[in-house]
Amino acid sequence: MTRFIFRRILGLLLVLLGVSVFTFSLAQLVPVDPAVVALGQNAREEQIAAYRAELGLDRPVVEQYFIYLRRLLQGDLGNSIRTRRAVAADLLDFLPATIELSLAALLVSLLLGIPLGILASTQRNGLLDALARLFALVGGSLPIFYLGLLGLGLFYRQLRWLPGPGRLDTTMPPPTQITGMFTVDAVLTSNWPVLQNSLAHLVLPALTLGYYSTAVLLRMTRSAMLEVLSQDYVRTARAKGLRERWVVLRHALKNGMLPVLTTVGVTFGSLLSGAVLTETIFNWPGLGRYATTSVTSLDFPAVMGVTLVAAIVYPTVNMLVDLGYHLLDPRIKLD
Amino acid sequence: MAGLVLLVLFVLLALLAPVLSPYDPLAQSIPESLSPPSITHPLGTDKLGRDMFSRMLYGARISLTVGLAVVALAGGLGTFVGLLAGYLGRWADELLMRVTDIFFAFPSLILAMAIAGALGPSLRNALIAVAVVSWPIYARLIRGQVLALREREFIQAARSIGVSNRQIILRHLLPNTLAPLLVQASFDMGTTILSVAGLSFIGFGAQPPTPEWGVMISEGRNYITTQWWLTGGPAIGILLLVAAFNLVGDGLRDILDPQLRR
Repeated sequence: MTRFIFRRILGLLLVLLGVSVFTFSLAQLVPVDPAVVALGQNAREEQIAAYRAELGLDRPVVEQYFIYLRRLLQGDLGNSIRTRRAVAADLLDFLPATIELSLAALLVSLLLGIPLGILASTQRNGLLDALARLFALVGGSLPIFYLGLLGLGLFYRQLRWLPGPGRLDTTMPPPTQITGMFTVDAVLTSNWPVLQNSLAHLVLPALTLGYYSTAVLLRMTRSAMLEVLSQDYVRTARAKGLRERWVVLRHALKNGMLPVLTTVGVTFGSLLSGAVLTETIFNWPGLGRYATTSVTSLDFPAVMGVTLVAAIVYPTVNMLVDLGYHLLDPRIKLD
Repeated sequence: MAGLVLLVLFVLLALLAPVLSPYDPLAQSIPESLSPPSITHPLGTDKLGRDMFSRMLYGARISLTVGLAVVALAGGLGTFVGLLAGYLGRWADELLMRVTDIFFAFPSLILAMAIAGALGPSLRNALIAVAVVSWPIYARLIRGQVLALREREFIQAARSIGVSNRQIILRHLLPNTLAPLLVQASFDMGTTILSVAGLSFIGFGAQPPTPEWGVMISEGRNYITTQWWLTGGPAIGILLLVAAFNLVGDGLRDILDPQLRR
């Protein structure tokens, strides 16, 4: 297993090298001078020249890339043109909000998608199955940004059942920072009013972001369970006179969950993409909104930082999924 | 079947948009602004008094064209890379697959947004951006197919009678990979339509006053509970069109691979 992890980490490093080349090349395509973006249109020629020299922007492109790479290896992602802070520090501030939202959305999809998928598979072609399939079809086809807007309009503006955009009410001070995830920090510091408020703020964005992955998980669970439920050992269990609930939950579920686990990994990657739109709608100060505002203001050091961090997440989750696969079914070899 | 009917309907509406549209989709009529659906304006009007039905019809045109263009670009590039990697094997395969790994690592919308941002916000650039993030899936799919086909007897027979590599790839391998390619393309049309609408919604795709569905939802966002038709129409348009492609994809997969039918 150590060899597997080592090989995957090596592969990840190669991917990251490629990602850094790609994002660096992308930054070169931007039709404006980063020095002008940073200093403003009214900056004097000599100020611009000094800024370019300071950042190494006056050197040949290849040399600039190696300077960027050397800094990257030292954990320096450069400075944001917009916030004037280190990009790494910015990302550390924004990342916990995205992780909190993505985990909440993943929880929504696990709690809804898997049970609904199992129920649908046990009542194949029945009314419940048809409803579950319709729910999944809509989830896979409805634009996430419309769902978010509708949720806000209905449950916040109209009915006043849930709070509006943001992670907390404006009057509520954030909890003492430990992990940066408000719900976790509130529990760790026993700050119950903040916990209650941040949970209420999480409901709409998590449901919005989680609906698509719920649909994917539902379809996958249904299909995997139908496959398992038609196998001989399940027929034998039924023939022995076991109750259907016991057959499904004790015999079929564990085998049916293997392909679902892979889907959970893939889903996590799509949650990060979905977070861009969800965070924009709900004014959620996470990586997605940071990326959007950075692209809008042509702050490419920040954009490169976000894409690099985002590119680490997906292969890492995939590696963890492969390890999980091995733990669930030791017959599966890691290679 | 329902998917196919829906899809044909959308294609017809899009093709006949200039004939069916009662108004110019860009023509403003301030006195009629925010009118609810009526006989004169079947889907109401927006805040500038533009007819929503006409804008919806032209929006279908844009979504279908963009979907087709992206799938053609990404499918073409991915198929080319996949065929080369699978057929040539060894270092070419290793190199090309590592390049696809790099593109797989990015969350698609973040990369698409960065590309669209670097090139400048426009529908054309959003289209390029989505194609850049979509091609690797085709490359992997086709490579897998080619690896399986490469050792089959008909390919070995062709090789043994001296058929050139180019001929083997174009005449024997490519036609045999088309079925899974078609299924993937169908699902991808839906995903592309959602992605481009999403990019337009946050300002990196089509720009106002283009009657693109994502732009229309963005323009109507402040009226979602009061003038629901501003956002409801385009949202239902996207929902039905994407669902149609997903259903057609499911149907094609069932026909081409009955083992997967469930």
